[in-house]
Amino acid sequence: MSRLPITKTPKVYVGGAFIRSESARVFPLKDAAGNFFANIPQCTRKDLRNAVEAAAKAGPGWAKRTAYNRGQIIYRLGEMIEARAGEMAAALVLGGASKVAAAREVAATVDRLIYYAGWTDKYEQVLGNVNPVAAPYFNFTVTEPMGIVGVLAPEESPLLALVSLFAPAITSGNAVVALASTSQPYPAILLGEMLATSDLPGGVVNVLTGFRKEMVPTFATHRHLRALVGVANADERKALAIGAADSMKRLQLLKAEEPTDWLADSAQSLYAVRDTLEFKTTWHPIGA
Amino acid sequence: MPTLTAKKTSTRPARPAPELIFGDLWEFDPSPETADPKLKTRYDLFINGQFVAPKSGKYFDSINPANERKLAEIAQASAADVDAAYQAAKAAYDNVWGKLPGRERAKYLFRIARLLQDRAREFAVAETLDGGKPIKESRDFDVPMAAAHFFYHAGWADKLDYVAPGRRVAPLGVVGQVIPWNFPLLMLAWKLAPALAMGNTVVLKPAETTSITCLKLAEILQDAGLPPGVVNFVTGAGDVGAAVMNHPIPAKLSFTGSTEVGKIIMRSVAGTDKKMTLELGGKAANIVFDDAPLNQAVEGIVNGIFFNQGHVCCAGSRLLVHEPVAEQVLTKLKNRIKVLRVGDPLDKNTDIGAINSKEQLRKITAMVASGVKEGAEMFQPTCRLPPKGFYFRPTLFSGVSMSHRIAREEIFGPVLSILTFRTVDEAIEKANNTAYGLSAGVWTDKGSRILKMSTELKAGVVWANTYNKFDPASPFGGYKESGFGREGGRQGLLDYCKLI
Repeated sequence: MSRLPITKTPKVYVGGAFIRSESARVFPLKDAAGNFFANIPQCTRKDLRNAVEAAAKAGPGWAKRTAYNRGQIIYRLGEMIEARAGEMAAALVLGGASKVAAAREVAATVDRLIYYAGWTDKYEQVLGNVNPVAAPYFNFTVTEPMGIVGVLAPEESPLLALVSLFAPAITSGNAVVALASTSQPYPAILLGEMLATSDLPGGVVNVLTGFRKEMVPTFATHRHLRALVGVANADERKALAIGAADSMKRLQLLKAEEPTDWLADSAQSLYAVRDTLEFKTTWHPIGA
Repeated sequence: MPTLTAKKTSTRPARPAPELIFGDLWEFDPSPETADPKLKTRYDLFINGQFVAPKSGKYFDSINPANERKLAEIAQASAADVDAAYQAAKAAYDNVWGKLPGRERAKYLFRIARLLQDRAREFAVAETLDGGKPIKESRDFDVPMAAAHFFYHAGWADKLDYVAPGRRVAPLGVVGQVIPWNFPLLMLAWKLAPALAMGNTVVLKPAETTSITCLKLAEILQDAGLPPGVVNFVTGAGDVGAAVMNHPIPAKLSFTGSTEVGKIIMRSVAGTDKKMTLELGGKAANIVFDDAPLNQAVEGIVNGIFFNQGHVCCAGSRLLVHEPVAEQVLTKLKNRIKVLRVGDPLDKNTDIGAINSKEQLRKITAMVASGVKEGAEMFQPTCRLPPKGFYFRPTLFSGVSMSHRIAREEIFGPVLSILTFRTVDEAIEKANNTAYGLSAGVWTDKGSRILKMSTELKAGVVWANTYNKFDPASPFGGYKESGFGREGGRQGLLDYCKLI
């Protein structure tokens, strides 16, 4: 006797909670064969502002965690994905990936998190330094996370690209508000469930789903987003730069027209961590 | 409690020493610096290793802000001149500089540093005449620090493999740079030295009121035998700056100036692949705790705001004083600024020279008027000012609140806004409550508090028990609307290259 399965209502992960859009809007998601799968939250500018508020609450505490602790938590996120790798791969297949490609993307995503988990207590040793100034001061340059970072994930590699973009930002203690792939949002929604069980404090990573056109202008102008990283087309890059000027937002945008090989080792780098860091130099007197 | 050294019993009376008030009784004799600045009557553009007349044939006057007398005529560049400069820079990059081994580039930069040291006094006098800053500052700070920047970066040119661990670096190509009038020669060195060390070529525009030392440096570049086109100077006002920023050739733009112009530049290059370094305005908090060595702190406060007439983006323009010592600090400050000497910048005794331009003097005057109007209490010493030229008395405002314009907007003049605080958290909150984030100062006897404050302050440079210290090895640059990118040190160098 056949049993009617229980389907899941997709919700986005914001501020440590699973929510639907404040607008109550949704858009239907179909699987690769064209069958209805679920209704996805169509988040709004207001959802984005709420997510930034959540990130602002969680960010300072996350930045104050020890580097060792941040490393363990990012590693834990890797554990959570690995344990549910099959489910995540199925979510990627839903968007059209082959089973082999889906499994490879999930494995690469876990490996990427492990890569950055290992950087948390090392990047400072490589990027910061003591400066030999010609005066009796102990002069040192250290890094600090920029604060809240906006992430614009590309359409392709809906899991791996998203994680590759936000992982370096949280490695140093930034909080993140990310916009998932519009055409393949479900892996990001599933990722939210893994973020929720990873010991990562709620609000450190917030993932929204919805339409880029509606959200990009607010990503550009929201004053509390200190940096934007992600993938954007030429028109978006221009709009983001114009909007970012008013609050002197830092931009690190890859070109959508020059696709990135997210599986490659070149898609992970210490310098991606550097992209969302500020450098602070302190002059401390030396004397008796 | 045991101490390392036996404490000496003080033989001084408990009351403070009586103040020596000379008034005008014993005036210092004038002590002007007399070295010859060796100025030309007319300065042309420096393009492709040659001094060339501007295509427009037009020149504008550069005056001495200390007495409003004309110093020299400066070429008025046009978009066509800017284009010629970029073509020369591109050719020099493609054919010469981009192919030169780092060790050879290094030697040119070492040479420039040495030749500048040779002519240091001459440059100091020229800088003071053109910009109005006291000769003791141009002589002891601007010029030697400019030379130090060339010397420091020279040594990097053949060690670039150590700039970005794990990656190799390559120059970007041609770089466009626009600098302000507050540290004309020093800013030039900050911009040129790392760009050249990394293997880029440059088109640079100095500020229209302070072009002379830039064009004098062009003479040094010729003497050093720097290949033609590696460095090009175009002179003029904002329209020339816009032409430098908006030209299609440069791969990188570097600008130091106001936040307002920085935003315009960021918008104007939106949609291009140009990299940017922006070093913009500031409204730095200089924070004095009750355990600070107060006499030393007062010297630091004075240096923080009156150095270079307060024309300093990182000036300590907001003084935050711990309430228990607020009155004491204010009294000491008033006494201190009464004896600051305002006047002829060429005089070796002068502490505060001339305001850079009539326009800047007008801005400062307007901001000070707003302070009075909004209810802050003003104090100015009664010092006499020279009859001609642009001068402004050192000014203190007490009773300032965070909402006052003089606490929020950059004044860029010798005007200090004084606020108070009770707790460490309040000091941090007030210090960070600004759109800027370039620098901050902390005065306390407690090392752990210095590090706590340094961690919490959202600023790119934090000075503890000192202020306005600079070094080529020490990265400089801001958070938030004070811009992005760093200048100086390993971090600054990385902004002039790409990772490969």
